[in-house]
Amino acid sequence: MSQVIRTELFPGVNLTAVHTGKFKSNYFGAALVTGLSRDTAAENALLPWVLRRGSAGCPDMQTVSSRLDKLYGGAIEPSVTKKGEMQCLCFSASFLDDAYAPEGEQLLEPALSLLSELLLHPRTEDGIFCREYVEGERANLIDRIRAQKNDKRQYSMMRLGQEMCRYEAFGIDKYGDEASAAAITPDSLWKRYQTLLTTAQVELFYCGSAEPERVQQAFKTAFADLPVNPDREQPECELRITAPEQPNFVEEALDVGQGKLAMGLRTDGIGVWDEEYPALMLLNAVFGGTSMSKLFMNVREKLSLCYFASSTLEKFKGLMLVSSGIEFEKFEQARDEILTQLDACRRGEISDEELEGARRIVCTALHTLTDSQGRMSDYWLGQAAAGITETPEQLARRLERVTKEQVVAVAGRMHLDTIYFLKGKEAAQ
Amino acid sequence: MKVLKYPRIGEQLFHKVLDNGLNVFICPKPEHAKSYAFFATNYGGMDTRFCLNGQWHDTPAGVAHFLEHKMFDTEDGNALQDLASNGASPNAFTSNGITGYYFESTEKFEENLRILLRFVSVPWFTAESVDKEQGIIAQEIRMIEDNPEWQVYMNLMEGLYQNHPARISVAGTVESISHITDKTLYDCHRTFYTPENMVLCVAGDVEPERVCAIADEILPKQGSGKVERDYGETEPAAVAQRRVETKMEVSTPIFQYACKMPPVSRGPETLRMQLLGDLAAQALVGQSSPLYASLYEQGLINREFDCGCEMYPGCVFLYAGGESRDPAAVAEQIAGEAARLAREGIDEQLWQRLKKAAYGSRVRGLNSFETICVGQAQSFFDGAQALTFPEMFDTITREDGQALLAKWGQADRTTLSVVWPKEGTV
Repeated sequence: MSQVIRTELFPGVNLTAVHTGKFKSNYFGAALVTGLSRDTAAENALLPWVLRRGSAGCPDMQTVSSRLDKLYGGAIEPSVTKKGEMQCLCFSASFLDDAYAPEGEQLLEPALSLLSELLLHPRTEDGIFCREYVEGERANLIDRIRAQKNDKRQYSMMRLGQEMCRYEAFGIDKYGDEASAAAITPDSLWKRYQTLLTTAQVELFYCGSAEPERVQQAFKTAFADLPVNPDREQPECELRITAPEQPNFVEEALDVGQGKLAMGLRTDGIGVWDEEYPALMLLNAVFGGTSMSKLFMNVREKLSLCYFASSTLEKFKGLMLVSSGIEFEKFEQARDEILTQLDACRRGEISDEELEGARRIVCTALHTLTDSQGRMSDYWLGQAAAGITETPEQLARRLERVTKEQVVAVAGRMHLDTIYFLKGKEAAQ
Repeated sequence: MKVLKYPRIGEQLFHKVLDNGLNVFICPKPEHAKSYAFFATNYGGMDTRFCLNGQWHDTPAGVAHFLEHKMFDTEDGNALQDLASNGASPNAFTSNGITGYYFESTEKFEENLRILLRFVSVPWFTAESVDKEQGIIAQEIRMIEDNPEWQVYMNLMEGLYQNHPARISVAGTVESISHITDKTLYDCHRTFYTPENMVLCVAGDVEPERVCAIADEILPKQGSGKVERDYGETEPAAVAQRRVETKMEVSTPIFQYACKMPPVSRGPETLRMQLLGDLAAQALVGQSSPLYASLYEQGLINREFDCGCEMYPGCVFLYAGGESRDPAAVAEQIAGEAARLAREGIDEQLWQRLKKAAYGSRVRGLNSFETICVGQAQSFFDGAQALTFPEMFDTITREDGQALLAKWGQADRTTLSVVWPKEGTV
């Protein structure tokens, strides 16, 4: 059985450790968590990639790769994620469990030491980041921002979020915007880095077979050089609860063969912190979260209006977002049918099979989460950022108790805020 | 029931061949919450020409994938919903070589396994349901045609291969699938969904004997025999086109650059080729190679860049690709480095490190039930055993890698596929 232990290693620096012998790897996460803001988003987003380029001890990528290879092909990957209105700057690392090291080597400590070295002791030039690394990664960041257009489904959802939350921090992209990215210099990034190291909430994660004492000791040693600050940031999210009387409508034309219809609803302030959250999870599953949901069964299967139609929750922001791929001329029909299905939920037209099926899927997803180190890391990062300690199993138990009436009541509180439609260029003419 | 033990990586597989000819592999994982079952047929997008009852059939591109969609239909409804209502997450995929159906679940595993085995073995198509699916799949095809990664890959395959059916899109085209009828689907099902041409792989907290008993109970007692298929004319060593380019709504040019290798026949050699091909690609332009560092420092590639070896029956190629502002410059430097390594050999220390890294990554990959089961199924069809990779690594030498890279130096074996941004997109 696995055991989850949460420890405050230093003030504002927390370790969530899942101890289990069922994996073949040790998994480490290190995240700096900070509030999303227009002024800092791009600089923050650039940081993990610049740090990944090299440390004082491993000054270039080839040296880092060579250390990783010697540790049996370990991986340390930079990433940026958005949890509601919090920006998380992450390193995720996976290394072979000591049990499978052919010569009985200990891999945990050297792996963790490489990870913390990259995060805390970057290669510098005249006391700040190397110009070459900052400029190279800045160009990559700008490419990454532009490349978001390549996946049209993801792009339509990003555009929906931007339009819907244009006056809220949620409307800011996790990578920031291109103009801010272009303005970053080695000096400005270095200052930002120093501020983050001192003020950001630090969330560390471990999952693997090592004993709790060994893990805590290894993390304490590896991260001992973090600046001491008893008042690290506790970022918060604004759950704006009112949708406009008339939904906003935004339309955009690109050269594509398939249209994308995205719709954003406000949950009346219900988020991951609330008593009604499990009912909201079930509503989303019944409405559009699964392959037996109303959107899938009706909009896709019965009416063949689209190739896909599904909904997801932004649990840290109180949003339910619908995403669908349609033929351009079916826009109105698809939009109306999606809303008709939501109305059916509001009227309580939810069969026992639909409700129980949805419940089984959501609970299964929570249980299987414990079979994946990456998913556990993401789950616990979100919980930590939100200041919640509920385990997946505890949440699953709350889900088991939700009644149909509670789901219907929550459905009545959903309000359409924004409709975004990505159409083809020909259709625009 | 036989037990196959793989002590170096701490795994074991229970193996049984049922009376109807189906091979079943079970990997017990008692500590996990979920169980996973993968039921696959050795039938993919490449298999458009086959023999049934002594007669050769040519089927439209995209049939295997179309069939995959329609298999979920049952006389009483849809198996997807039956599995989903038990909390299972079912899905399926069709690749060039295989079609696989799977689910993972934490409850009612045996009931879910029955549903899986039943819907995949009992076809239920009508003219109306086929007609309706044409609309859905046409949408899917339009969606993937908008995907630049897919385009760059398909163009690469069309460039690399002159005859081999891997150059045809697995999903077919909106036009090709319009020729599919319920009769086409029944013929293909009868030919390829026979137990001798299939495999069942299960991982999780399950009883191996129970899995076999359920398969015995649900599946047909007898199969329809060995499959005869035809992949067309022999593929020449030279590529069809050295460069294939197109324009799409992308922000940065994306590219795939690949070298066609001689095919490997069925057997353990396929696993060896996969491991060797990946290692050679890593030595050439993997993250710890000198060339990768140089390309990265020149700003010609970013962390999306990837390289490796891809294989299907009758085709093997090494590839490298990602995003670049100047794909031709990347390709030129890769070709130059391949020629240098072919001449001077691969650095011994680098090669040893790469082998260590490849071993560790493969072992870590076994965290995933999908990797275990899909890998086992695939290698079973190829006549190899996926989990013998540690022993196979022992037989691979630096000289093998060098010999493979010498091929990359031969210009008529390589294709560069590029998707350029449309003017005004950047």
